Amino acid sequence: MTSPNGGTVRTAATVPHPAAARPAPAAAGRPLAIEAVDLVKTYQVKGRSGPVRALDGLSIGVEPGIVFGLLGPNGAGKSTTVKILTTLAAADSGRATVAGRSIAADPALVRRAIGVVAQRSGADPVATGRENLLLQGRLYGMRGAELARRADELLDRFDLADAGRRQVKTYSGGMQRRLDVALGLVHRPEVLFLDEPTTGLDPEARTAMWDEIGRLAGDDGLTILLTTHYLEEADRLAARLAIVDRGRIVAEGTPDDLKGELHGDAVHAVLAGTPAADALGVYEALGRVPGIREITVDGRRVSARADDGAAAVPAVLAALDQAGSPVAAVTVARPSLDDVYLRYAGRSFADAEGASR
Amino acid sequence: MSTSTLPAAPAPAPAPTGARGSGARPRLTEGAAQTWFMTQRQFMAFARQPAYLIITLIQPVIWLFLFGALFRKVVELPGFGAGSYLDYLVPGVIVMSAVSANMWAGMGTLEEIERGTLNRFLITPVHRSALMNANVVAQSATTAIQSLIIILLGWIGGAHYPGGVLGLLILVVVASALGTIFGAFSNALGMLVRQRESIIGINTFLLLPLTFLSSAFMPPTLMPHWMQVVARFNPVNWALETGRAAMAAHPDWWSVLSHGGWTLLLAAFAVWLSLRTFRSYQKSV
Repeated sequence: MTSPNGGTVRTAATVPHPAAARPAPAAAGRPLAIEAVDLVKTYQVKGRSGPVRALDGLSIGVEPGIVFGLLGPNGAGKSTTVKILTTLAAADSGRATVAGRSIAADPALVRRAIGVVAQRSGADPVATGRENLLLQGRLYGMRGAELARRADELLDRFDLADAGRRQVKTYSGGMQRRLDVALGLVHRPEVLFLDEPTTGLDPEARTAMWDEIGRLAGDDGLTILLTTHYLEEADRLAARLAIVDRGRIVAEGTPDDLKGELHGDAVHAVLAGTPAADALGVYEALGRVPGIREITVDGRRVSARADDGAAAVPAVLAALDQAGSPVAAVTVARPSLDDVYLRYAGRSFADAEGASR
Repeated sequence: MSTSTLPAAPAPAPAPTGARGSGARPRLTEGAAQTWFMTQRQFMAFARQPAYLIITLIQPVIWLFLFGALFRKVVELPGFGAGSYLDYLVPGVIVMSAVSANMWAGMGTLEEIERGTLNRFLITPVHRSALMNANVVAQSATTAIQSLIIILLGWIGGAHYPGGVLGLLILVVVASALGTIFGAFSNALGMLVRQRESIIGINTFLLLPLTFLSSAFMPPTLMPHWMQVVARFNPVNWALETGRAAMAAHPDWWSVLSHGGWTLLLAAFAVWLSLRTFRSYQKSV
């Protein structure tokens, strides 16, 4: 199968695959914004005999200017990955560069190039939103009028202009989260890490945050590493996606690639009338359409699978028309990321979530 | 190096390459500036919590006038050696307040860890030492201010300070150093155990014994012998001995130097320990 950018979907599945150790190839000489190779991190946990392996040879490669999603259940290793890539924690082994700088050799340079929105807010509740932004900017060496302008610009942009001079403890959850993102952007980073940015938000605030993240990626051309355990969020925001399970990447590609690599899309058609002669004619007609398989006919309802459902629709319509069974309605259903997760992690997302508790 | 994807934002983008921003400033100045920003933040938090502020200021007043009235007759005991109990009590209350105000510092640190604030700062290019230095500066400054207020209240209540300004100054400095000791230990404890209950337990366990096993309310000469021995190893007592010696009409400079020296030394050790714990915290993140 082919993906839009000409690459192929890399899968490690549950069996270690040699390709899993290598990051995705950079497109045409552009340096990767984030490159991690074979990261291993173990934690000593009280009450357990051996150390817990949070990361078990995780590798990713993120091209600049995109939203890259790390999708996995709680405890899969997403936050550990973010902590390591943002210089907060050190990996036991493996190497990584962020914005072209090595996290091990040049952590100070990496810190200047990145912005981070962690899972926990981290904003000072007693200070006002504006004061939080000003302090954050000062820590990056920004001063005076330039910093004040930047703080006000961000308050405006994140719809906090009215709340800017109020203490953060009076903010709603959505406002706090928007301030967190603003804090991560004060110094105009090259790479922004968003660690589960919508966890704990109500649906309305979540949708607003999704729009904001979409705009960040679209307008500013900044590279975003997004971790999430919401399939819907990854599907909606990420241009490329890596599925994390038990500290490893088990699959990587665009959300569509990953879904397309499953059994393909389902194409459902409803015929205008009952098939002219019998169902056999319908089978035969559809069987001649390239890429169509798993055809089922149930009265007026016809279903089939295709690699690319949308592309197959015209041919399906034409074939059924020729067979004397014009179509009244047709729908294409893409497989969900839940299916993808099940396929690559070997267990359903909900099971994995449950197992981590 | 050239990820040419910097946002094409209207304002000039400060390249995060270290070529601009703090990279251009000398390290020391930048470190000092950062310490100041972080200290400012702590002062502001303090000032914005009026209830906390008022309690911190009122509690010493209660100690001063409650104990002053209760134990007024104690000076008549043979061998007490002070003119009025209030004179005797002022350094005691100052030192006790320095301990009780600073021993809760770990709670704040714990809160910052839990809220993610500490991690947020650690991801910025801020100097690691600026974070801890700000704690020390903010704690010793608030202790100094608190001490000055108690000195002033005592003076209004009729206390005498025969040692003059120099004696009082030494008292304030040594109280701040003692505050630093307890603040730094408390911070280290907070980062190490990450449990409020442990800090509360240890503090309530320590405050009164440490105060009463010192010359805060009663001169050592009137203590049972074993208490005198214990008091000799009590940093609260070191600070008091320093302050009392410096505040006397004829200061015992040897006592000031030795007790003051030990207090400062222990303060340096406590700060070093809190920095070490801070580093191990960073590893445990």
